[in-house]
Amino acid sequence: MTKTKERRFNPDRDVNPWKGGYRPYDIAKEIVICFVVMLVLVVGLAIVFGSPDDKAVTIQTWSNANQVDFAQTAITELDGTSATAQYGPPYNNVADVSQKIGPFSPEALVGVHIPVNTAQDFVIGPLETVTNSPVLTMALNQFNAASPSQQANWESAYATAVQKAKVFHNVLVVPLARYGPVGIMIRQLTDMARSGALDTSMINQDHFYGTDYTKSLLYVADGTYFSDQGTALHLSGGQWGMMNETGNFPGQAWLWLYSFWYQIPPFTTAWEPNADILVSVLMMILSVLLILVPFVPGVRSIPRWSRVYRLIWRDHYKGRE
Amino acid sequence: MTTLEHDTSSSPEEDAEVSKQWTTRIRRRLVEMLPPERLIPDRQPSFLSSWIYIFGALTIGALAIIILTGMVLSLEGPGWWHTSSLGLFVNSMHLWSVELFFFCMVIHLWGKFFMAAWRGNRQLTWITGAVTFLVSVGAAFTGYVSQTNFDSQWIATQAKDGINSTGVGAFFNVLNFGQMLMWHIVLLPVGVLFLTGLHILMVRRRGIVPPFEDGVNDKSETVASGTQEGTPS
Repeated sequence: MTKTKERRFNPDRDVNPWKGGYRPYDIAKEIVICFVVMLVLVVGLAIVFGSPDDKAVTIQTWSNANQVDFAQTAITELDGTSATAQYGPPYNNVADVSQKIGPFSPEALVGVHIPVNTAQDFVIGPLETVTNSPVLTMALNQFNAASPSQQANWESAYATAVQKAKVFHNVLVVPLARYGPVGIMIRQLTDMARSGALDTSMINQDHFYGTDYTKSLLYVADGTYFSDQGTALHLSGGQWGMMNETGNFPGQAWLWLYSFWYQIPPFTTAWEPNADILVSVLMMILSVLLILVPFVPGVRSIPRWSRVYRLIWRDHYKGRE
Repeated sequence: MTTLEHDTSSSPEEDAEVSKQWTTRIRRRLVEMLPPERLIPDRQPSFLSSWIYIFGALTIGALAIIILTGMVLSLEGPGWWHTSSLGLFVNSMHLWSVELFFFCMVIHLWGKFFMAAWRGNRQLTWITGAVTFLVSVGAAFTGYVSQTNFDSQWIATQAKDGINSTGVGAFFNVLNFGQMLMWHIVLLPVGVLFLTGLHILMVRRRGIVPPFEDGVNDKSETVASGTQEGTPS
């Protein structure tokens, strides 16, 4: 016995079985034609427009293009004031920097899973791989043996001095100050960066093969050189950010709604400090709504109210008139 | 002399045993759910005449090209297209097939929305389609961050903040090229293909949604729940 329950016919949920006519339809032929049409379009677009392939920024290209910016970034990695050093989870523990939605901070809850110690990983560790420079070895020994307050004084003095650094005859010149061994360390690190050795050191810190560029990318992104390149190519967050591509390519246009929220208040004003988590949660809610459209009262009635279906099935309705 | 030939005749006991087999039951259930004439139909309802219907098949066509060009790129590895003009051309095909895939898919999605294509127990067809769209966004995104060029650097460093803010970044590290490439060429394509297959099977099982009836705002009729098409009682 079939159990049935009477319920009201809802035109936004229910439908009467089709009792009209049927006609021959070659679905296999349709699929083949669609594939061929797509193939022709794809080949044509590939020939006419190609695809963008701007070279990646390496630490080597960055430090050769702008030694001063590299040195200014390197000291912030050493003294712990860079964007990465102050990022918080999942890279490091920094108090009160995690974004929140109300009192809830998912990234703080998950904690540090990809540990990054910028002083050790970006400066001291790579310098310790250089074994043929007695001057550097002495500088590192002096720095490591010093008290934290002494280290902080040297770092502060260098951070101030490097703001007035210049390049003469392709050599970084930092005004003299009481920065102790830090001057030699950053000087050597800059040389290492310019030679390409720092790129290799960053990727292969733990093993021979490298496929994880997390630390290299964080390093490069901490400098102004990289962000200047992105801004010049109209790729910054205020310019619809990551949905763009270099050149005149459509990029990830389907992310327009995600990028859209970053362009308008309150995400650019009062909510700006927590914009990432707020936009992410908003997009999750909208995604769930998209999936559940058939069950959302009001939303599922829009097709009927809008009467766009009269256009889609115009032949059907014309036949009934 | 022994023979390897089977005796094709079967006893009633054997027939009874076969009919109870898991294999037989699964086959019977599948054929009931989706008989061949419904799975690969040679006729369609007469209302199916709008150009909007073609965008579902065009999306599948674009997906086929994405998979094929992705496989060609896989033959030589992720660095090939930076140094080979043939590789660059295949990469360009891969890129533009993705652009067309999303273009067609979004039109298909809007078309189905304005048809209210979830009516008549077709909710799961809509859900599998919407989830396929979202998983495809992830598949495309991981491709963009696996390009090993300036674009991938920029997109990854921009996207990390949003993903990290949710806590997901601790496990889905967009700066880790190896991890993103694996997601792009294995996990997410498998997800997209599986969901697309499921979506197509749902379409074939439930059929194409019929047009709204004239006088559609009249809600006076009742319908028996549990019926496939929501037949008015």
